[in-house]
Amino acid sequence: MSFQMQKRLLLDNQLLQITIQRLCQHLIENHNDFSSVVILGLQPRGVFLANRIQKVIQELEGCYVEVGYLDTTFHRDDFRRRGIPKKASETRVPFLIEGKDVILVDDVLFTGRSVRAAMDAMISFGRPKKVELLVLIDRLHTRQLPIEANYVGKQVNTLASQYVEVGLKEQNGDDSIWLMNIEAE
Amino acid sequence: MVNEYRSRMNQLIKNNLLGIKELSLEEIELIFETADNFKDVINRPIKKVPSLREVTIANIFFENSTRTQLSFELAEKRLSADVVNFSSSISSVKKGETLLDTVNNILSMKVDMIVIRHSSPGAPHFLAKHVNSKIVNAGDGTHEHPTQALLDTYSIRERLGSIEGKKVVIVGDILHSRVALSNIFALQKLGAEVMVCGPATLLPKYISALGVKVELDIRKALNWCDAANILRIQLERQRRSYFPSLREYSLYYGVNKEMINALDKEIIILHPGPINRGVEITSSVADADNALILDQVENGVAIRMAVLYLLASKLE
Repeated sequence: MSFQMQKRLLLDNQLLQITIQRLCQHLIENHNDFSSVVILGLQPRGVFLANRIQKVIQELEGCYVEVGYLDTTFHRDDFRRRGIPKKASETRVPFLIEGKDVILVDDVLFTGRSVRAAMDAMISFGRPKKVELLVLIDRLHTRQLPIEANYVGKQVNTLASQYVEVGLKEQNGDDSIWLMNIEAE
Repeated sequence: MVNEYRSRMNQLIKNNLLGIKELSLEEIELIFETADNFKDVINRPIKKVPSLREVTIANIFFENSTRTQLSFELAEKRLSADVVNFSSSISSVKKGETLLDTVNNILSMKVDMIVIRHSSPGAPHFLAKHVNSKIVNAGDGTHEHPTQALLDTYSIRERLGSIEGKKVVIVGDILHSRVALSNIFALQKLGAEVMVCGPATLLPKYISALGVKVELDIRKALNWCDAANILRIQLERQRRSYFPSLREYSLYYGVNKEMINALDKEIIILHPGPINRGVEITSSVADADNALILDQVENGVAIRMAVLYLLASKLE
């Protein structure tokens, strides 16, 4: 039996840039001056997106939005259920989120479990006034928890067996996002 | 090269933490890396994560301990584990029960992991052979005290940047010290040069076979080192006299400010506690900025969280 790797391009370099611009416009529409807004990027790739969003908002609106990093490893509900444990990355939230509008940023929304863990991790830093979720790719019909994103870059129909590969420049990728498919022939 | 290896390793190879001797360098590095994350956690307003909420840990201490037991208990609670404590003074051990029976009884109550301190060297190793649980050695007689050595070396690494190539002297009662033996193993695995210093009667006869330097003159030892780990005189383990009096020991081996000032460089001072002020170390040395004593205590919780977290991930 041979295995063939099929892949489909979801976003290329240019589309990714346009998508991030659009997401930022959407954020600006909903948050006038960003004075009480903070962005929390989920490790690992949500962090890079959070930094890009911060930069674009500064370019468009001239306001500086604080960015923190959240690592959800110690808050996951599948510890001891997934074999080898995930290694933790840095959590850096150098500000209080008490009473703030928090925008959680991640690359792909799949089962919703990372986002649940992220909300758990976030609560350790205070009680935000409001929490919103921004994702680049929203995988439809794969959710295991009642979690939906407020801002979506692109929605795609996927199977649980497929996976989304995100290659960002910050990780030596070429800023393209692919849907990968492993099929037996 | 090292970094490449570190990122590949996600899990301890060992199922128990019995001693530093059995640990690989990569495992020590993994524990340190994990402890970095937990140190961050315990410095947050909410110092707790839910990782071990379905795990029950028994701390069974057949020997007195304040710091280590408290540190383990805090580490367990900050990981959200359920904790039961047991100390031999209030247990059926007094009624003649064997170690294995005691532990099997505890495990029957659905306890997942055991943290054990025992006065007999090898007690945790014996348990690891006979029970199906994760065992953490919290000190076995004069043998090993692995989490202490991990937190000592972690504290040195934190202050000096790395351990490799550093010179560390362990001062005092080497003969009765499990801290000394575990530290020697840990420091050597991490690439440090190790020296022991103390009165000849308190140095094990064949200690140089471990590849450590031996020095009887405390001033020479301090002059040689980058870090000095000063141990307590373990009077409770000494069955005969190894030196004429505590006062005389203090006169010859007690580290004081005048000795530290006479050095042409700055060294860092560690002490695993409990301190006997005025005996092995004076207050002016113990409370100085270059003493890591309280950092060691803080790091102890993070190191123990890392060890418990990594072992718990291997529970079935």
